[in-house]
Amino acid sequence: MHGLINRALENFLKQRHGLVLWKRVVERAQLPFDSFEPLLTYDPAFTDRVIAVACDELNQSHETLLEDMGTALVSHRDRDGLRRLLRFGGISFRDFLHSLEELPDRARLALPDLYLPELRLEERAAGQFALMAAPPFEGAGFILMGLLRAMADDYGALVLLDITPTVSDVDVISIYLLDESHAEGRRFALSAGAP
Amino acid sequence: MTGCSAVADGCLSVAGHCMGRLGLSTDAIARLMPMHLHLSRNGHITAHGPTLTKIASGTPLIGNNFFDLFAVRRPAGVAAMADLIAHQGARLHLGLRAGGAEFRGLAMPDLSGGIMLNLSFGIGVVDAVRAHALTDADFAATDLTVELLYLVEAKRAVLGELQRLNLRLQGAKSHAEELALTDTLTGLRNRRALDVALMQAAAARAPFALMHLDLDRFKSVNDTLGHAAGDHVLRVVAKVLSDETRTGDLVARVGGDEFVILLPGMTDVASLTGVAERIIAGLAQPIIFESRACQIGASVGLTVSTLYPNPEAEVMLHDADIALYAAKGAGRGRVVTFSAHMPQV
Repeated sequence: MHGLINRALENFLKQRHGLVLWKRVVERAQLPFDSFEPLLTYDPAFTDRVIAVACDELNQSHETLLEDMGTALVSHRDRDGLRRLLRFGGISFRDFLHSLEELPDRARLALPDLYLPELRLEERAAGQFALMAAPPFEGAGFILMGLLRAMADDYGALVLLDITPTVSDVDVISIYLLDESHAEGRRFALSAGAP
Repeated sequence: MTGCSAVADGCLSVAGHCMGRLGLSTDAIARLMPMHLHLSRNGHITAHGPTLTKIASGTPLIGNNFFDLFAVRRPAGVAAMADLIAHQGARLHLGLRAGGAEFRGLAMPDLSGGIMLNLSFGIGVVDAVRAHALTDADFAATDLTVELLYLVEAKRAVLGELQRLNLRLQGAKSHAEELALTDTLTGLRNRRALDVALMQAAAARAPFALMHLDLDRFKSVNDTLGHAAGDHVLRVVAKVLSDETRTGDLVARVGGDEFVILLPGMTDVASLTGVAERIIAGLAQPIIFESRACQIGASVGLTVSTLYPNPEAEVMLHDADIALYAAKGAGRGRVVTFSAHMPQV
């Protein structure tokens, strides 16, 4: 598993739940280090153990923890690098949804060894989408759902999201786009630091 | 050959569907090329894309002479319509005379004798997008500018991570160096390794000897022949010291040209003096560096644990140093054994 994903999980646990929890997770998950390096690659078993121990420590379900993490990835005000990179995908939430199929290729443009699961978007009816993804580890679909929820807020769109349990290794997230300009959303300038 | 209606000067839209001609509305052209300029036969701007309106920031473009507002920087000498036509199809570098934007351009003549000139930002795109607060809508849907900006930002993020990784590695490296026991230049043991071994030897109450060796005239080799020569000399010295001692002896470089040798189990001053004299003789041989001879020498101060009722590492190191001082005082190139009557340094 790419270090970037592990590090995102680590940062989320540290920021949301504190350093003490992270240290307990390191210990109980028997990590041979105390922090993930974002640019290295790790045994996927580490990721599974970190998630399992964190859920147990916090007495939370996989679903809740991972969806929270997905939301935190883009809504954290001090670190908006990922949010900005995702906003390059399109000028509206609908545009953004369509850009998701390009996301793995975009990610590889930045980091050639970062493999994100293939994403497929189907428009089933007006404003009704299904996003299909093969999760790289159990529960990854919930991270994606949290991330979509936060991005909808970012664009100021009103959406309803739902995820079906993984069937034959594919998560299906249903997206009902109720109102594309429900709220103002957050500002996005193409160039960081533009006036 | 033509069969097409002539297009009036200053009119961009071309009616009819003649062979090889496209009928495009000004709006369509603006969408396809949001940064185009159309110039009439006499060089006046007759139409332009909407993104250029933003960039000109208030300066009216239509009706003005292109060469009054823009300067073609490369190729040199493009100052009139005929020059632009002569360079059709070539990459042009141009900028606003008032400043604020530099472009790449491509000029092609149209059927009316005017010119269609399409612009892009070229390499300055990131600054231009920031300076003019451009958005996705300011670029054609086929344009990769937004992807370029995405890459610039992704690259900055990755470089930031790499920089942090390097800092952490640097920290880990210095930490490892602090814990290291080897002198990286000579491969001998270092001060830290000596301190540990000496402490253990003193605590074990087993007999041992200590030699403190200082090179003579090393500084002048460094000063006259340079550091590379100095480094070479130190490596040769290390080899002589290793060759003249036993496997179980510890040879440490403790300063620039200072060495300490710990010899476990040896207390006989006569044989120790013999060892030291062989080392001194070895180091008196000229050392060749890049076909130049470096002449150094060595002085040795010696002490043995049997001289002390309670041998202590620090005291013995100090006494070996006193003996070394005495050896230097007596004319260098010799070994002196410590005795209690020696003057303190």
